[in-house]
Amino acid sequence: MQEQEMTMLGAINLGLDQALAKDGKVLLLGEDIADPAGGIIGVTKGLSTKYGADRVRDTPISEAAILGAAVGAALAGYRPVAEIMFVDLMPIAIDQLLNHAAKMRFMTAGRLTQPLTVRTATLGGMGMGNGATHNQTLEAWFMHIPGLKVVMPSNAADAKGLLTTAIFDDDPVLFIETGALYGARSSVPLGEVAIPFGQANVVRPGEDVTIISYGLGLTQAVAAAEALVAEGISAEVIDLRTLLPVDFPTVLESVAKTRRAVVVHYATRFAGPGAEIAAAIQEELFGQLAAPVVRIGARFTPVPQAPTIEAAAYPNVSDVTDAVRRVMKGVREVVS
Amino acid sequence: MGVATLSTDVQRRIYRLMARMKAVDDRLTKGILSGEFIAIYFSHRGQEGVAAALGAALRETDQLVTTYRGAHDHIGKGIPLVDLFAEIMGKEIAPAKGKSGTMHIASPETGVMLSTGMVGSGIPVAVGLALAAQLDGSDRVVAVSFGDGATNTGAFHEAANMAALWNLPLVMVCQNNLYAEKTPTDHTMKIKKISARATAYDIVGVTVNGNDPDETYAAMSEAVERARSGGGPTLVEALTFRLRGHAIGDDMVYIPKEQLAEAEKNDPYPAYRQRLISSGAFSEDELAAIEAEATAAVNAAVKTVAAAEFPAVETLMEHVYANPEKAPA
Ligand SMILES: Cc1ncc(C[n+]2csc(CCOP(=O)(O)OP(=O)(O)O)c2C)c(N)n1
Ligand SMILES: [Mg+2]
Repeated sequence: MQEQEMTMLGAINLGLDQALAKDGKVLLLGEDIADPAGGIIGVTKGLSTKYGADRVRDTPISEAAILGAAVGAALAGYRPVAEIMFVDLMPIAIDQLLNHAAKMRFMTAGRLTQPLTVRTATLGGMGMGNGATHNQTLEAWFMHIPGLKVVMPSNAADAKGLLTTAIFDDDPVLFIETGALYGARSSVPLGEVAIPFGQANVVRPGEDVTIISYGLGLTQAVAAAEALVAEGISAEVIDLRTLLPVDFPTVLESVAKTRRAVVVHYATRFAGPGAEIAAAIQEELFGQLAAPVVRIGARFTPVPQAPTIEAAAYPNVSDVTDAVRRVMKGVREVVS
Repeated sequence: MGVATLSTDVQRRIYRLMARMKAVDDRLTKGILSGEFIAIYFSHRGQEGVAAALGAALRETDQLVTTYRGAHDHIGKGIPLVDLFAEIMGKEIAPAKGKSGTMHIASPETGVMLSTGMVGSGIPVAVGLALAAQLDGSDRVVAVSFGDGATNTGAFHEAANMAALWNLPLVMVCQNNLYAEKTPTDHTMKIKKISARATAYDIVGVTVNGNDPDETYAAMSEAVERARSGGGPTLVEALTFRLRGHAIGDDMVYIPKEQLAEAEKNDPYPAYRQRLISSGAFSEDELAAIEAEATAAVNAAVKTVAAAEFPAVETLMEHVYANPEKAPA
């Protein structure tokens, strides 16, 4: 299939474009999404011009009603794609996702379904000084919702492929984009490619240690793996792609081989997604591990505004390389 | 709004619905208080006139969103009684197979698309259903029923604004029963008429005596017709009362005795019966037959549901996802 290098922003735009073209029941709802704005940073640019302002529909600043309307339209057979500008705004709308969308199939024994997608973005790690309410990394919250799926792509091709799957999935999907990755370029298949959920990507093969991540954390995982080559350490890097469901078989297969694991994410380390991954690894591979599983995540603090302390709140590449060196020695992690 | 002159056919339909609603409520109340049934139930006794008028004004193809206090609305829309009782009691024969409960009943076959236990949250969902009707180019109308308390939620205001902005085929029915749980409405809002909230969104708002089914039917029909013909949403406030309190077992000590006595005097059920008899168009025998029919239907449904089993343990994980293969268990 023909491929083209593009940004993640461009890939998401293309994914939306193709979904709108393919199925007349795809409907976009959100603040500022219609042209000429085409989204606050242009993710939906051109789409209302191409498909009409009825289907690419600007809404009032009414997060609860945006998701509520998406739930209703989904009940009537549409495949709504609702945009909640930032993940920090999700709490205003979460009732609809938690209490209606995620439970509809269950509470009706499958007679009503919710083929809807909620697109949102985390601005965590952008370093823009947005401060505590516009910088959060909240995916762990949503992993507690049976009936929901949670996706967090790390690159342009995955973003397009996972978004396509999300839109045409018959269950509700929370699709979390990463502001810091919108400009990241990679080669993207131009045709329709749907990447299945629960299928992690081994982005870098290795023998000595497995670094598991997703979203922005993956950038650090890969950078750490590259830096460690000079020390003779061969790290395998896994991109989970979806957090609900998690591809445990791929993770376990890798760790069974390397016997060491480090999980990296921008969500807080405490009760972050890494806790679930680490628990699953030790449950399945306890006797085979050469070192305790280490989790690297954000510090348990609201994200501050000033650049020095903002950066200190998030994990960085040396946190990952340090963690890998520790597990290579087999020593227990020292929690700062 | 004066008492409209409804055809006897419509009045008969309304009375049939009211009789069925009351029979269901009476049976559930009796069964729960005696320990015969174990169920959560929010009584609609006293509010039958509103739901019957709404049910009679809607078409089969129209859709409805309601609340935990929605059994009367479901009946108005035509839910089979076995389905209703089975959902409330969580039996295996319930269409939702024991996974819904009183607060969450959907009956898409009859147009009941959602009942929610989240106060106010159904209104944005109705906006989405109405948006779909508009985008489909269909003449389907969506009605959403909620309480007075719900109009204090952000969801109500967000949804009313959106529905108005997009001129959606939506009828917002506020069943103002003067209380939200244990709090009287005038403790929670300064305005005297909830229908006045419509003016903020530049839509039509009307207040009717919800205990007068004829007057309520006229208002509902007008609102439904407005929605169907592209005239946009309407907020209909129907004044009524919950004669059995918030949930079965409510001691209602927070309701002043005089207010309760007055409300009982205004019970729409006997009043409507009296009106029909007085009009000369209905005989005592005909109404008694309607009531007997309602009671018999309820008893038959209860018998079926009581005999049914609870769902098998193996069904727990069904219907969480379309494809549970990779999902956590
Ligand atoms: C959002 C939300 N807040 C609080 C509750 C608890 N609660 C359930 S019913 C109710 C009262 C609602 O009153 P109203 O909207 O007037 O409806 P009514 O019960 O009188 O029919 C409350 C506070 C809830 N279920 N949802
Ligand atoms: Mg009330």
